Amino acid sequence: MAASQDTIEKAEALGESYKHGFVTEIESEFAPKGLNEDIVRYISARKNEPEWMLDWRLRAYRRWCEMEEPQWAKVDFPQIDYQDAYYYAAPKGYDDRPKSLDEVDPELLETYEKLGIPLAEQAMLAGVAVDAVFDSVSVVTTFKDKLEEVGVIFCSISEAVQEHPELVRKYLGSVVPYSDNFHATLNSAVFSDGTFVYVPEGVRCPMELSTYFRINAQHTGQFERTLIIADKGSYVSYLEGCTAPMRDENQLHAAVVELVVLDDAEIKYSTVQNWYPGDKEGRGGIYNFVTKRGACRGRNSKISWTQVETGSAVTWKYPSCILQGDNSVGEFFSIAITNNRQQADTGTKMIHLGRNTKSRIIAKGISAGHSQSTYRGLVSVHPKAEGARNHTQCDSLLIGDECGAHTVPYIEVKNPSAQIEHEATTSKLSEEQLFYCRQRGLDAEAAVALLVNGFCKEVLQKLPMEFAVEAQKLVGVSLEGSVG
Amino acid sequence: MSEVMLKIENLHVTAEGTEILRGINLEVGAGEVHAIMGPNGAGKSTLSNVLSGRPGYEITAGSISYFGEDLAALEPEERAAKGIFLGFQYPVEIPGVAAMSFLKTAINAQRKLRGEEELDARGVMTLVQGEAKKLNIGADMLKRSINVGFSGGEKKRNEILQMAVLQPKLAILDETDSGLDVDALKLVGEGVTALRAPDRAMIVITHYQRLLDYIVPDFVHVLAKGRIVRSGGAELARELDQLGYGDLAKVPAA
Repeated sequence: MAASQDTIEKAEALGESYKHGFVTEIESEFAPKGLNEDIVRYISARKNEPEWMLDWRLRAYRRWCEMEEPQWAKVDFPQIDYQDAYYYAAPKGYDDRPKSLDEVDPELLETYEKLGIPLAEQAMLAGVAVDAVFDSVSVVTTFKDKLEEVGVIFCSISEAVQEHPELVRKYLGSVVPYSDNFHATLNSAVFSDGTFVYVPEGVRCPMELSTYFRINAQHTGQFERTLIIADKGSYVSYLEGCTAPMRDENQLHAAVVELVVLDDAEIKYSTVQNWYPGDKEGRGGIYNFVTKRGACRGRNSKISWTQVETGSAVTWKYPSCILQGDNSVGEFFSIAITNNRQQADTGTKMIHLGRNTKSRIIAKGISAGHSQSTYRGLVSVHPKAEGARNHTQCDSLLIGDECGAHTVPYIEVKNPSAQIEHEATTSKLSEEQLFYCRQRGLDAEAAVALLVNGFCKEVLQKLPMEFAVEAQKLVGVSLEGSVG
Repeated sequence: MSEVMLKIENLHVTAEGTEILRGINLEVGAGEVHAIMGPNGAGKSTLSNVLSGRPGYEITAGSISYFGEDLAALEPEERAAKGIFLGFQYPVEIPGVAAMSFLKTAINAQRKLRGEEELDARGVMTLVQGEAKKLNIGADMLKRSINVGFSGGEKKRNEILQMAVLQPKLAILDETDSGLDVDALKLVGEGVTALRAPDRAMIVITHYQRLLDYIVPDFVHVLAKGRIVRSGGAELARELDQLGYGDLAKVPAA
């Protein structure tokens, strides 16, 4: 299939560069502005949480008060006033979560229709179950019954706290402790909703699971928390997508994702991130400070992160794998595109603890406009990780003369049997390539989309089919106006 | 002479401040094949670049009319959609984009600009495979990233394939013979000859006569120091092959 052609068609059909920049007129209930213990208690009370959950949040909050915001990333943005934001916003009347689609506010359903995510099950992409998170709450999870038949739990994290407390208590914070880092700790204190997945032993999840996050309300941070557990011998493929309206303020998104993989199990986690990137001068846009980490706890377990990052004003994100189990495998496939004034500092950490653990990293960075893109990655081989192997490939593509690409690899090897390979290239989109495409009939933007899609092909191929087309289209759209 | 397709009048072109073309006059009619020959640095490639709209050249005087339209006012992709095809001397590598998918994108980009309906994947496949077979291009080559790791012969055959598929009205072949061995030269030459048509014109730019054994031109022009210093029929190419360009370059423009 000529995927690039789809890209171009879709990109042209979109017309404008950010199509998700609309606001849904819906009444929202906010927690009072600012952050203190009472807000944490308010959030917990609104969710009717048990004591242990509140305690955990409060411990995180107190810890957070003592922490400093990290400064090491190669990103530059004004100091965030954490007291000048709402930490909880919900469509009015969502204390009682709708039981079925019929009970969902039609305005909300329309919002997701506009985003191209019809929640009505019959109209959905075949075989993809969706959990939709709107501001702070999960509004609807589809295909739940079908998943229950095979024993897969797929619900909002709030629901899991109520209905599967034993699983949540066992695994929440077990990969990313509440004290982990400034943003993760903040999330632990105020996380509002998110997705919970448990795949029982020996089950191959029959469909792609997907969460769609949308920030709608003004001055609102989004702090979702995702926890996915793949029990022995199970498999699940999960995809998250994100959008936000266009606003001239900066909104904070500080999510935490934890993956736990037991013996012989596998999680494939894909992200298509298209948060509002800000305008051409760099006004507005999302601050995307996300902690994503997976633990390959069991033997022969595997985690595969695939990400397509095209949005956000500032991105700070390092999906990582802790390779504890012998023969476990960690993969990281990434496309990070920055345009205009966007900044991205992203990469991965591969921590080799077990024997014969393997990791593979393919990172493709594309910078255009005045943007700055940094790959920052750690490959760490611990003393007991006999026979560990890593292969890292970092390719940067520059479009124009005003942007920057940086590669910061950290490699720590404490076992002499390890084999570590690192390859890096930096290239510029050439005038020759552009002219060649244009001479064959492609306009400048279509040519850039084609060339960049070609550059990213190895990573795009890793995405689930259903989303690969959307990702290709995004690649084109996010680079509009980068040449000519 | 048949219908005039391309009319170049007193064309002066500079690149980076240096005048390269100094008053070119040339008329190309439908169905005609014109060979442009000349020593290195005569301005042969500049002419093909200016006709196809490559950035970096400035027309300081004169005009190019294509079917009565001012060609200089058009973007490169608009020229492509209107039937101008440039066979590159050095075809460009595009990693990650398969030759087949590139062609589909190109065909439909052109059709769209012309306001025609796009071809579906099957339609493109049938068209491309049919033409590929004539040029001895296998399915494997169509799946590979375009021009990446292609041999010189493969690159040039791929250019001719694109020409065959895109069906241009005016094909400009810039030193298509460079980097080809005898067998590849024959294949490419015969491929091009098969594409001769009453409604299609060709400008074949070459340094040597050998390509013209396979693509027999109706007219041969000698370009030297930015001007056409001599024009004639196919026999002129053979004459040049024997005598070289030395004397001709000295002959003042007619």
